[in-house]
Amino acid sequence: MNMLYEPSIHLQQVSFSANGKTILKSITGSFPKGKITTLVGPSGAGKTTLLKLCNGLLSPTDGQILIDNQPISTYEPTALRRHVGIALQAAPMTNGTVFENLALPRSLQGKKLTKKEAIQYLQDVGLDQSFLQRSTNGLSGGQRQKVSIARTLINQSSILLLDEITSALDRQSVQDIETLITTINKKYNVTMIWITHNLQQALTIGHFTWVMMDGELIETGKSSLLKAPLNPRVVEFVQGANV
Amino acid sequence: MTFTTLSLTLIFVFIPLLLSKTLNLGLEKDTIIATIRSIIQLLAVGYILKFVFDAQSFLYIFLMVALMIVVATLNARKKGEGIQGITWKIALTLVVIEAVTQGVLLGFHIVPATAQYIIPISGMLIGNSMVLSILFLNRFTAEITNRHDEIELILSLGGTPKQAIHRQLINAVKASMIPTIESQKTIGLVQLPGMMSGQIIGGADPIQAVQFQLLIIFALLTTATLSSIMIGFLSYPALFNKRMQILEMK
Repeated sequence: MNMLYEPSIHLQQVSFSANGKTILKSITGSFPKGKITTLVGPSGAGKTTLLKLCNGLLSPTDGQILIDNQPISTYEPTALRRHVGIALQAAPMTNGTVFENLALPRSLQGKKLTKKEAIQYLQDVGLDQSFLQRSTNGLSGGQRQKVSIARTLINQSSILLLDEITSALDRQSVQDIETLITTINKKYNVTMIWITHNLQQALTIGHFTWVMMDGELIETGKSSLLKAPLNPRVVEFVQGANV
Repeated sequence: MTFTTLSLTLIFVFIPLLLSKTLNLGLEKDTIIATIRSIIQLLAVGYILKFVFDAQSFLYIFLMVALMIVVATLNARKKGEGIQGITWKIALTLVVIEAVTQGVLLGFHIVPATAQYIIPISGMLIGNSMVLSILFLNRFTAEITNRHDEIELILSLGGTPKQAIHRQLINAVKASMIPTIESQKTIGLVQLPGMMSGQIIGGADPIQAVQFQLLIIFALLTTATLSSIMIGFLSYPALFNKRMQILEMK
């Protein structure tokens, strides 16, 4: 289905095992350049592991991953991770202020983030400048997710991996983030892979969708597949979620 | 002190035994084992030291120091079992500490190059480094486990392993050094250090005893800093692979 599009990330029979447990089983598929691909499936399907493989936090035990047609192993790890940014599900923060967290991607490269830039990134995710000097320890789950998204955007990656970034947000914030992500996708042609448990979100935001179960890629196609899936397991999964 | 007088000090062993029995603390067996072990070990060390001091051979001094390093290494490594190659990293740290401190002490003729000085001073410094290493590894492994997400975050943003582990490393170094620094702040006010007390009891001039104690205190500062920093910088690369991925601690 994605053969018509140039792949940003291509997985060739990728498997991953840890501690004697197989987490991903021979996944083959592509994430098209400049498009949003949503990744859905029950918990434990291996979705987060797949994102960590694409960001180089993990390496496949078998198979190959190509990033922009180049084997992932040929990238220098720090350069790869700036090229393929990831917003982690737990939205981890370092101790300190929101500004220090936003400045982190730059400080790791010995560069500085200006206050003006930090305010702009905060506004993009719907937070005002009063948050800049707030301690990250006092942030709510939703606020942490917003700061985490803003921090991920600072590296201006060509590929963005988003792991359930709206799970702790209220409805208005979810809409704001969805608008922000689609705007970045269109404006900068950034490839996005977005894990979500919200199938409605997967349908409306995604150009394409991957459905994963038990470490396997069960069905892929345009996101409209969620309205009429072919695989009986996906039919059952979608019905359970009431799309 | 005669053996008869020394045997009277066993009263201090009977008191905890009696209390343990009366209050059902269940510590009688451990107390007896600890007492017997300390008698055997200290008497053995006493006779060995007497032999080494009489011989005044550098080979025996070297063997004594080497034995201290081996025992300290084997004891400290238990706290860092998840870190690959921790044994040789601790051993190397202890060797460097011994070389640096004795290099200064003997090189500047601060103490005479005799077994009576080298062996007890080495024992104090290596023993302190062992405790420091245990404190450091205890805190460092806990930091890595508890702050795994933070380490992964920095790696995911394009940080190097050194950048990712920096905060955990600093926290562990500080935590391991605090007891040494704090105990030095109150030294002489709350407690008289063991070596100084021993010298005074042995009839030495208190001022000379203080001078030697100061020597040890200053040397301990170096060993404390070197122990945790060296083990930290030798250990952290083993937590990552070539692809800058954090490894699971075994």
